[in-house]
Amino acid sequence: MIDFQYSRASDVADAVRQMAGSPSAKFIAGGTNLVDLMKMDVERPAKLIDVSKLPLSKVEATAGGGLRIGALVRNSDLAYHPLVERRYPVLSSALLAGASQQLRNMASVGGNLLQRTRCAYFYDTATPCNKREPGSGCSAIDGHNRMNAILGTSEACIAVHPSDMCVALAVLEAKVHVTGPRGERAIAFTDFHRLPGDMPQRDTNLDADELVTAIELPPRGFATNYTYLKVRDRLSYAFALVSVAVGLELEGGTIKEARFALGGVAHRPWRRTEAEAVLRGKTAGEPAFAEAADLVLRGAKGFGHNTFKIDLARRTVIRALSQAANGTPQSQANKKIA
Amino acid sequence: MIGNDDGSDNNARMARSSGATGRAQANAASSVSVAVTVNGRRHALTLDPRSTLLDVLREHLDLTGTKKGCDQGQCGACTVLVDGRRVVSCLMLAVMHDGASVTTIEGLAKGGTLHPLQQAFIDHDAFQCGYCTPGQICSAAGLIAEGKAKTADEIREAMSGNICRCGAYPNILAAIQQAMRQS
Repeated sequence: MIDFQYSRASDVADAVRQMAGSPSAKFIAGGTNLVDLMKMDVERPAKLIDVSKLPLSKVEATAGGGLRIGALVRNSDLAYHPLVERRYPVLSSALLAGASQQLRNMASVGGNLLQRTRCAYFYDTATPCNKREPGSGCSAIDGHNRMNAILGTSEACIAVHPSDMCVALAVLEAKVHVTGPRGERAIAFTDFHRLPGDMPQRDTNLDADELVTAIELPPRGFATNYTYLKVRDRLSYAFALVSVAVGLELEGGTIKEARFALGGVAHRPWRRTEAEAVLRGKTAGEPAFAEAADLVLRGAKGFGHNTFKIDLARRTVIRALSQAANGTPQSQANKKIA
Repeated sequence: MIGNDDGSDNNARMARSSGATGRAQANAASSVSVAVTVNGRRHALTLDPRSTLLDVLREHLDLTGTKKGCDQGQCGACTVLVDGRRVVSCLMLAVMHDGASVTTIEGLAKGGTLHPLQQAFIDHDAFQCGYCTPGQICSAAGLIAEGKAKTADEIREAMSGNICRCGAYPNILAAIQQAMRQS
C-alpha cells in the first residue's frame, strides 16, 4: 500500500471542502473495498478523507411515504431495519445475499453503490486493464471471462458491477442524493451507474469531488410479490453469476405493474423497460415470463467462458418472475430454489 | 510511541514488530494518534495510517490469537468484535477507530473459565488445524449477540464468512448450537 495522508472530516461541508482541495484524495467510510484495492496497489490515493463519523446514519420515513437512507447506514443495519423488512423486502433480501455478515457490518450503503468491479484483471496489476489503466487494453475479452458481462459491453471493457443491493435499488427506482462544491443534486438510479463505452475508468456519473449523502426510496415497495434470486458458484459468500430482483403488482392473475433487474451480467444493474412493459396486462405465467426474459436479454453476447450465462440468465429471469408471482420469494438462508 | 494505562514499556515489543511493519512505521511525519480499548484495556497508540486493526493487534499489542489468513476480507480468520459487532480486522484501518472497544479471542474467557463457545468447540472437536478457530469463535459470538440466526440453515448462512479449509463445518455448527442453547 502506498503512503497516504489521513484526515477526518468534521461535517459534510468540511468533507467536500477537503476533497475540493485535494484532487487525488478519496473518501473512505466502511473501507471494505477501498482498503483491499489499496493493498493490491489498484487504488493509490494520496489522501484519505475519513467520512465514517459524519451524521449520515439515519433511516427515516419521508413525508411522501418513502424512505431516506443515510449514506453511512451499515449494510446489515439496513437489511434488518423494520421498515425495510416490511415495506421493501426485496432490498433486505438482496443485502443479505451479498458478502458475509462481518463485511455487511462494516460496509456503508454509499460505499456499496461505489464498489469497483471484481474482474480478475482489474485486480491483477501485471495485466492490461482499461478500467485500471485507460488505453492499456482489456485482458478479459480474450481471457478468463467466466464472471464477466454479457450485456452492454464495449470493446474496451466487459466488467460487471458486483453489487447485490444495487440490483434491488434499480427495481425500487431509488434516487441517490449527492453533494459537492456545486451544491446538492439527486441522481435517478438508472442514471447513476454507467456502461463502459470508451471510458470504462468511470463507473458512475458521480463526479470525483461529490459525496453520496443518502439514498431515497419512493413509496412503492412491492412488499407482496417480490424476490431476489442469486445464482453463484457456491451457495453463500460468492459474487453472482446472474441475479434477478423482481417487484410485481398483481390483480387476480393479471400483472398490473412489473419491474425486474439483473445483476452479474453488465457494468450496471440491467433493466429494460420494454421487457417490463410486455408483462403489463398479461396473465402471470411462463409464456409471459419467457417473452420478458427474451426481451431483457436481446443482444446478449458471450465471450467464451461466460457464454453459458445467456441461457442461465434467461432461466433465472423466468424462475424469479415465477417466485415473485407466486408470493414465494427466495430464502437467503435455505437456498433450495422455490 | 505506544503507552498503556498501566505504564508498561512497549519499546521491546516495538523493536520486535519492526520487521513485519517496518514499512508501515517508516514515515512518522504522517502518523496519527488513536486510543482503542482491547479486551478491556485502553491503549494509546501513534500509528502509520496504513496499519490495519489486525496488524495493530498482532504486531503492536502482541495479541496473536487473531489470525491473518487471506488479508483481503475473504476468509474470516481475522474476525474480532468491534463495539460488539463482528468485523474482519484485516480491512479496517486502525486510525479510523479511535475510541473503539475491541474484543479478540484472548478477551472471551472470564477469570480462567472458558467462554461457552470455546468450551463447545472443544466438546464438539470443532477444528482440526485450528487456524480459523479464533475467527470462527469471535464470529459465532457476534452471531449469537445479533439474535437473527436460529435454525441450522440460518447459522450456516450467517457463518459463511468464516472459511475452514479442514472442513470442520458440521462440528462448528454443533458447537454453536450448543453455545446458543446455553446463552
